Amino acid sequence: MTTYLLREVSPLGEEPTDVLLSGGVIAAIGEDLEADDAIVVDGRGLVLLPGLVDLHTHLREPGREDAETIASGTRAAAMGGFTAVHAMANTTPTQDTAGVVEQVWRLGKQAGWADVYPVGAVTVGLEGDRLAELGAMAESAARVRVFSDDGKCVHDPVVMRRALEYVKAFDGVIAQHAQEPRLTEGAQMHEGVVSAELGLAGWPAVAEEAIIARDVLLAEHVGSRLHVCHLSTAGSVEIVRWAKSRGIDVTAEVTPHHLILTDELARGYDPRFKVNPPLRTQRDVEAVRAGLADGTIDIVATDHAPHPREDKDCEWAAAAFGMTGLETALSVVQETMVDTGRMTWADVARVLSTAPARIGRVEEHGRPIAVGEPANLTLVDPDVRRVITPEEQATKSVNSPFRGRELSGCVVATFLRGRATVLGGQSCDEDVVVTR
Amino acid sequence: MKHLLSAADLTHEEAVRILDTAAQMAATQEREIKKLPTLRGRTVVNLFFEDSTRTRISFETAAKRLSADVINFSAKGSSVSKGESLKDTALTLQAMGADAVVIRHQASGAPHTLATAGWTSGAVVNAGDGTHQHPTQALLDAFTLRRHLVGDRGRADATGRDLAGLHVAIVGDVLHSRVARSNVDLLHTLGARVTLVAPPTLVPVGVEAWPADVSYRLDDVIGDGRPDAIMMLRVQRERMSSAGGGFFPSPLEYSRGYGLDAARIAALPEHAIVLHPGPMNRGLEISADAADSDRAVIVEQVANGVAVRMAVLYLLMAGETTTRSDR
Ligand SMILES: [Zn+2]
Repeated sequence: MTTYLLREVSPLGEEPTDVLLSGGVIAAIGEDLEADDAIVVDGRGLVLLPGLVDLHTHLREPGREDAETIASGTRAAAMGGFTAVHAMANTTPTQDTAGVVEQVWRLGKQAGWADVYPVGAVTVGLEGDRLAELGAMAESAARVRVFSDDGKCVHDPVVMRRALEYVKAFDGVIAQHAQEPRLTEGAQMHEGVVSAELGLAGWPAVAEEAIIARDVLLAEHVGSRLHVCHLSTAGSVEIVRWAKSRGIDVTAEVTPHHLILTDELARGYDPRFKVNPPLRTQRDVEAVRAGLADGTIDIVATDHAPHPREDKDCEWAAAAFGMTGLETALSVVQETMVDTGRMTWADVARVLSTAPARIGRVEEHGRPIAVGEPANLTLVDPDVRRVITPEEQATKSVNSPFRGRELSGCVVATFLRGRATVLGGQSCDEDVVVTR
Repeated sequence: MKHLLSAADLTHEEAVRILDTAAQMAATQEREIKKLPTLRGRTVVNLFFEDSTRTRISFETAAKRLSADVINFSAKGSSVSKGESLKDTALTLQAMGADAVVIRHQASGAPHTLATAGWTSGAVVNAGDGTHQHPTQALLDAFTLRRHLVGDRGRADATGRDLAGLHVAIVGDVLHSRVARSNVDLLHTLGARVTLVAPPTLVPVGVEAWPADVSYRLDDVIGDGRPDAIMMLRVQRERMSSAGGGFFPSPLEYSRGYGLDAARIAALPEHAIVLHPGPMNRGLEISADAADSDRAVIVEQVANGVAVRMAVLYLLMAGETTTRSDR
């Protein structure tokens, strides 16, 4: 196995030092390390982070391999600096049995770009009626700990209560897609000034906030762990802040796109900006940034939602909801939180690695950068600016909201258990990755 | 002006020019031979994804009076859920050499997408998209208002004039109305004051950004606002049920609060006129005697629609000096 000597890198943006990766672990950290057979990486000016962990990725396989496969999606993840991703359950068939989650887990292992942790469905077929076999998924080889009907809201309060209670047996967490369905029937974008002008059916903030408010109270009542997916409104931030102040065991995520984009972008009717939950207002963007900075929002999760060209190359109402995000997440966080002085690189490591690993109960990732730890690492050049082009993306889909836009920073290298999945900003050859 | 997608895109100058051109077109329609040779050899496609015989016939008549070739393409029944149909249809029309595409679509923004996605090089005219815009309806309403209310109340030539100083009340289902959106934009551009009147459930969230006042009380607007014109919007009966949104409790309650009847007409200023984009729900938003009163200019709106659409097609297509082979 190749040994890598990272020369003068800055762990978490601190003082430069050498880091030696050998035998799949961090073998040494210190000044002027020597290693004869090592590939030396010039790390001057580069920030070393624990490998990023995404709690919310849509890999589309099985069922929509035209949009993404586990191999292409995890390769995109590696390009974005991720070493682990949680694969959402809304595949075809649904990830609602031990068999399907094990299949997804195994395909992730075979691809070898990033560890894949399948998310189990909360209800059979995401239909919101009957609990899926949560225990069987938890005990499967995939060791599922995160359960979500994402794409849909677990709307029935009794089903939600039972799910929250049931997963306590194996320390699981229910990740809720908060969307009151009756308040969002036919909704196409955030309800407000822009939707009124464009004549697109509105998606009120309260449709998200009402469910979050209900669920934190349910979680408090039954003493369970709740995770709020892709929170997007100022009111949602307030509710989570209040719940945490009461001691409720709730965590929350925000997507990169909700940190930077607003509903104004819908004005051109370009379906790349159609997403669920919808892009909100500048006021909401400010609120989620503040919530992430003060720890109310625990993590950034991509909600990477690839769609093939034909699902987006049409009129707004007919287009699919969703944006890709794995390859741009770190840049967006840098641009909105680090470059603006709201967060340090240590904070970035927390929201993009340590905390998502903790919420997902993943032990091998999100670890400190210390001798003896698994060498799951990401090397970032924060000083470059790059224009996002579809050709350079590893995801099979092209629905990036940042296409043609310049963003801060780029991933120079990603290491999964000491093996480079990305080096010099290029993904390392697939065959090499798989056979090693 | 390359396309007509939204009334909000029109400058004051462009809007007045369209109304002036429409006046000239209307004058030609008084003659015995109504047909002009202006667009001979040009092809206009009426691309209708949503049924609207009235609008389609109006555009078709306008194009034919200008001697254009007209292709009616009804894509009704093609599902919105699989959006490829718009793109594929557009590419077909492009291959057939359409110089202008008049599009009616149930999805807001579809004409915008058609004009900007590079699927067609022809001019795109929005003939109504979802709950977004219906710019030629607003233009024909403005034309009708100008004829009756500008230039010494319609007795003198109104050429070059806008609608400054007029007060127009738009009454009814503003939330779902592309006619209301288009009219608010255009009437504002032309200098008129607009008051939207509707029950709160039918006023869109975000309306505060519109250049219009909002009232929940029709009688107040009629009595105190003294509108020069009152524009009634069509209300869809299915909106009364809870499945349709339950926007108001009953037709009777709606009529009492927001319907135009003889008593309300009598309370209007003497010169005020009544407009309705049709088709009317007699007995719901407008009573039969109100619809047939001499204040109502609803039938005239239909005729003015042809003149306005002739003007729009003329300005979009004949203004261009290049031929197809040059592009
Ligand atoms: Zn979701």
